Amino acid sequence: MHVAHSCLLGLVLLTSLTHEVPTEESSGSPSKHLVNETRHHGSAHHLETDSRVLRVSSGRTQDEAVLHNSGNHESAHQPKNISEVAIVSFKWDHVQEPYVIVLWIFVAGMSKLVLELNHHVTSVIPESGLLILIGFVLGGIVWGADKAQTFTLTPTVFFFYLLPQIILDAGYFMPNKLFFSNMGAILIYAVIGTCWNAGAVGLSLWGCYEGGAMGNLDIGLLQFLLFGSLISAVDPVAVIAVFEEVHVNEVLFILVFGESLLNDGVTVVLYNVFDSFVSLGGPNIDAVEIIRGIISFFVVAFGGALVGVLFAVLLSLITRYTKNIQIIEAGFIFVLGYLSYLTAEMLSLSAILSITFCGVCCQKYINANMDERSVTTVRYVMKVFANGSETMIFVFLGVTAIDKAIWVWNTGFILLTLFFVLLYRFIGVFVLTWILNKNRLVPIELIDQVVMSYGGLRGAVAYGLAVMLDDKKITEKNLMISTTLIVIYFTVILQGVTMKPLVQWLKVKRAAETEIKLVEKVNNRAFDHILCAVEDICGRIGDKWWTRGWKRFERNYISWLLMKPKPRKSKDQLFGIFHKLNLEDAMNYITEGERRGSLAFLKKEDDVQVDFKKKFGTDVEDMMPDIMVDTEHSGTDHVPVISFMRDPVPSVSLDMHEQDLQGMRGGVDAHHLLQEHLYRSRKHHRHKYSRSNFSINQSEDEVQEIFQRTMRSRLESFKSTKMGVAPGKVITKHPQKERQQKVRGHPKNFLVFYLSATGKNPKSHCVKNKEFQIYLESPWSFVKSFKSNVFNFFLCLYHTSYRNVISLQMANGKPTDRSRSHPYGDEDFEFSASASASDSASGGEGATAGGYSFRTPYTVGAGIENPAFMPEMDTPPPMHAPPWLNQPETDGTVVASQRAQRRLPWTPSQIRRLAPLRVSTRSEDSFVMADILSPDVDPEDPQPRQDRSHK
Amino acid sequence: MGSRASSLLREEDIEEIKKETGFSHSQITRLYSRFHSLDKGENGALSREDFQRIPELAINPLGDRIINAFFPEGEDQVNFRGFMRTLAHFRPVEDNEKNKHLDASEPLNSRSNKLLFAFRLYDLDRDDKISRDELLQVLRMMVGVNISDEQLGSIADRTIQEADTNGDMCISFSEFIKVLEKVDVEQKMSIRFLH
Repeated sequence: MHVAHSCLLGLVLLTSLTHEVPTEESSGSPSKHLVNETRHHGSAHHLETDSRVLRVSSGRTQDEAVLHNSGNHESAHQPKNISEVAIVSFKWDHVQEPYVIVLWIFVAGMSKLVLELNHHVTSVIPESGLLILIGFVLGGIVWGADKAQTFTLTPTVFFFYLLPQIILDAGYFMPNKLFFSNMGAILIYAVIGTCWNAGAVGLSLWGCYEGGAMGNLDIGLLQFLLFGSLISAVDPVAVIAVFEEVHVNEVLFILVFGESLLNDGVTVVLYNVFDSFVSLGGPNIDAVEIIRGIISFFVVAFGGALVGVLFAVLLSLITRYTKNIQIIEAGFIFVLGYLSYLTAEMLSLSAILSITFCGVCCQKYINANMDERSVTTVRYVMKVFANGSETMIFVFLGVTAIDKAIWVWNTGFILLTLFFVLLYRFIGVFVLTWILNKNRLVPIELIDQVVMSYGGLRGAVAYGLAVMLDDKKITEKNLMISTTLIVIYFTVILQGVTMKPLVQWLKVKRAAETEIKLVEKVNNRAFDHILCAVEDICGRIGDKWWTRGWKRFERNYISWLLMKPKPRKSKDQLFGIFHKLNLEDAMNYITEGERRGSLAFLKKEDDVQVDFKKKFGTDVEDMMPDIMVDTEHSGTDHVPVISFMRDPVPSVSLDMHEQDLQGMRGGVDAHHLLQEHLYRSRKHHRHKYSRSNFSINQSEDEVQEIFQRTMRSRLESFKSTKMGVAPGKVITKHPQKERQQKVRGHPKNFLVFYLSATGKNPKSHCVKNKEFQIYLESPWSFVKSFKSNVFNFFLCLYHTSYRNVISLQMANGKPTDRSRSHPYGDEDFEFSASASASDSASGGEGATAGGYSFRTPYTVGAGIENPAFMPEMDTPPPMHAPPWLNQPETDGTVVASQRAQRRLPWTPSQIRRLAPLRVSTRSEDSFVMADILSPDVDPEDPQPRQDRSHK
Repeated sequence: MGSRASSLLREEDIEEIKKETGFSHSQITRLYSRFHSLDKGENGALSREDFQRIPELAINPLGDRIINAFFPEGEDQVNFRGFMRTLAHFRPVEDNEKNKHLDASEPLNSRSNKLLFAFRLYDLDRDDKISRDELLQVLRMMVGVNISDEQLGSIADRTIQEADTNGDMCISFSEFIKVLEKVDVEQKMSIRFLH
């Protein structure tokens, strides 16, 4: 039925478009008819039974229809006597309201799209300004059609439906560390600065008014103050839009951004206080009322923040237990965030501050608690909402302007307002900075102050507040609205455009380059340690004392309460960046591999393998399986191959290309290696932040470790009598290594089993795909092994630890608790699934399979090209044992290579072990395999096997 | 305690230290009382053991190196002057100092002196080069046990490669400065001393 319905509808529409449409009632409408409208007529024509359609839609644009919506609505829903069954009916009326809304959203989105088509324009004029300009055009069109502005930004829509998600987004993505370390300055700017602006602007305007600068207006002192409070709302949306373009340094950015965010809340509070003063009327205000106003100011502001924090706690708690409803857990932040906004609004507390703090406080915990995919979802949805409503707001700010009704011109008032707004902004910032700089380690520089002052862009919040003014109390409401609009246009468009040249001209310190050098990283860490030590030596309770105290409290109590135990224990904070970087790298490798992928390369690799085979293929040893994994991976991965090649094994040819890749890899991975394993200094550095690299908690183990080490070395230097400074201590082997080795006894079996289990298909080429799977799966899964303190880094993507294998298999089979509960568990699942999918797809033809696998070598070896380090890597000094060679040792994954590593350098006899493995995987039904498999079969094992066979 | 300690400090000493290090009078007296409380031997100088008694330094991976930085080469004692001279490296650079000392000798808290301090932590043999081994030692101190020597070696290699411009596989001080030119050393190597 439905199908027929829609078919018919399509037909009707089609015919109505092609046929000439008889306009039944032209009704003198001025609108230029769009296709849409023709449709209305057409369909209406066909279905005359539904006459109400005509009444609503004919002769009007949809826009206009909204205006008249209310009038037509009642009649539209009158039951009608119908003489026949309507096949389809056209119910514009029915959908009108949401339809228009969605159309506007669409139009706003399209205008953004159009803007972004040309980057040259947006690099000169900030997007926000352009959107306002587009708004002018759209508003002009509507005006032309309706002779009135039917679409304006109403405070209700703005404060209830457009603003919350923007603020939530800002709070959620707030660089917490930076924000809180500059909290003092931000609060001072936001609270004192705003009050100063409001008061000074209001009073000055009043003074000028009394002085007769603006003619005859019906505005009293209180109204001026009220106006001053609303006009001092620095808009975070406009600020971000402009400052994101110019990339100023982080401290400056967070100051401006944080200020504008909190300032919004403060302004609204201030506005409400003054508003109640105005309602009270001048004569009734005495000292008590003023004190009440001040108290209410603080109660409202801090109460709002408190509500936000409470909701953040609730939210974090909820996400602790959303394991079983992962699919909707991402929604909670939006719901609860909005709820915090509404709750604060209900309690007449500051809703903006509430939702800000909700976002700021919950981000750490929910990111740790939720599944990684949910986190990604949240991030994206957040951005979609925020960006969307931001676009809407600016467009509507433009549209609103095209309305004769609101424009009241008073040159004195408008120009003076503009002047005072700018002037007091500068004065406020300079004075407050001067005070702040007395106590800042790094003073805020003069040019930064200039940019800060100049960055005081006004935006929709000011407009929303202006529209909310009660015209009964304030007779000059329209003047205020138009002044506000002028100020907004002036700041957003003019200041926005000039901001970039200004920043360039003043040579404001820009944001540091994102790519951090390894040497910088090392030294930064060293600096941290040094500062720490010096502070301790000076014996003072330093800047970091409170931070430290808070961190301890946070770690011991708050995290305990709000975070799932697993991410908490595994020091999840580091996972984020670590995982992300790995992900990025893997992506790069794959892309690069695809780009450069050629069968020729594959063949070369095969040659290498064949060499091994020829030479040592017949030997079978116990060790073999493990090494087998290693060599197998040389199909997908250069590393082992190269490591063999580095050793003087005559039969192996040296392939320069691989070495190049090798070099790059070392470079890329070294970052991660360090990232993970540099000792954290006790405190974190203030002005450095990374969105994903949260706080640095020093683990107890680490402290223990350093302590023992320090003591040991001191003891040693004691023993070896004082020979000055005793340098060059032998780097001690650590007990942990032995422990790891023990663990490593087993994994080989699992790996082998895994290979065989996955390699059900007896076709030989499948082996390659399996390898690929392992490779693909392991990088994601190896993150898991972190909690067992087994370290892994990207070089050894292809190695899978004992633990990993299990979890891998589970991931392949069904997502059990184990892999699920881990924040990144699902990633494995995803990856293995896709890998196996492609595997089975290519299962039939050797060609496709080959095609698939041939790029796998590249995925590992290729990657970010960094030729700078190639030459060195080619001829490493003997001491420079290539890390990839020994990688397996540390990550405790592949037994064989680990053992082999201890017997470095490799000798042909050791390599010999590798060969049989190769043979066995090629045909996994071979007895070799069977032998290996039989001994200890893990209870978990059958599962993946079954799963595989189903595929 | 504090007052007794500061009374041991002569005014002219304070003036000299002030001139040399740029610390204010109150900062000097404050630090002197700290110095005094660290000085268990009560002999007006600190030994390594005095430093090592500070509990937090035991868990600072670079603690011993930093302690060593306080001692002039070959000596086992550091007096208050030396103590202050070292600490002066960490005084934040103040605005009015930026241009003042153009012709005068460089203040101890200048960028290059801060960097030199860090550089010396690596450069044990004082040949003005950080060799691979020296870097490796520091890395080993700063890095957990889970990282293998070989991995660390590759990190050291890469670090050196990043900095090394003349290809001698060592980082000279000038290379060190150059490679860290983007780092805000003034800020990262400064702590606030109470006034």
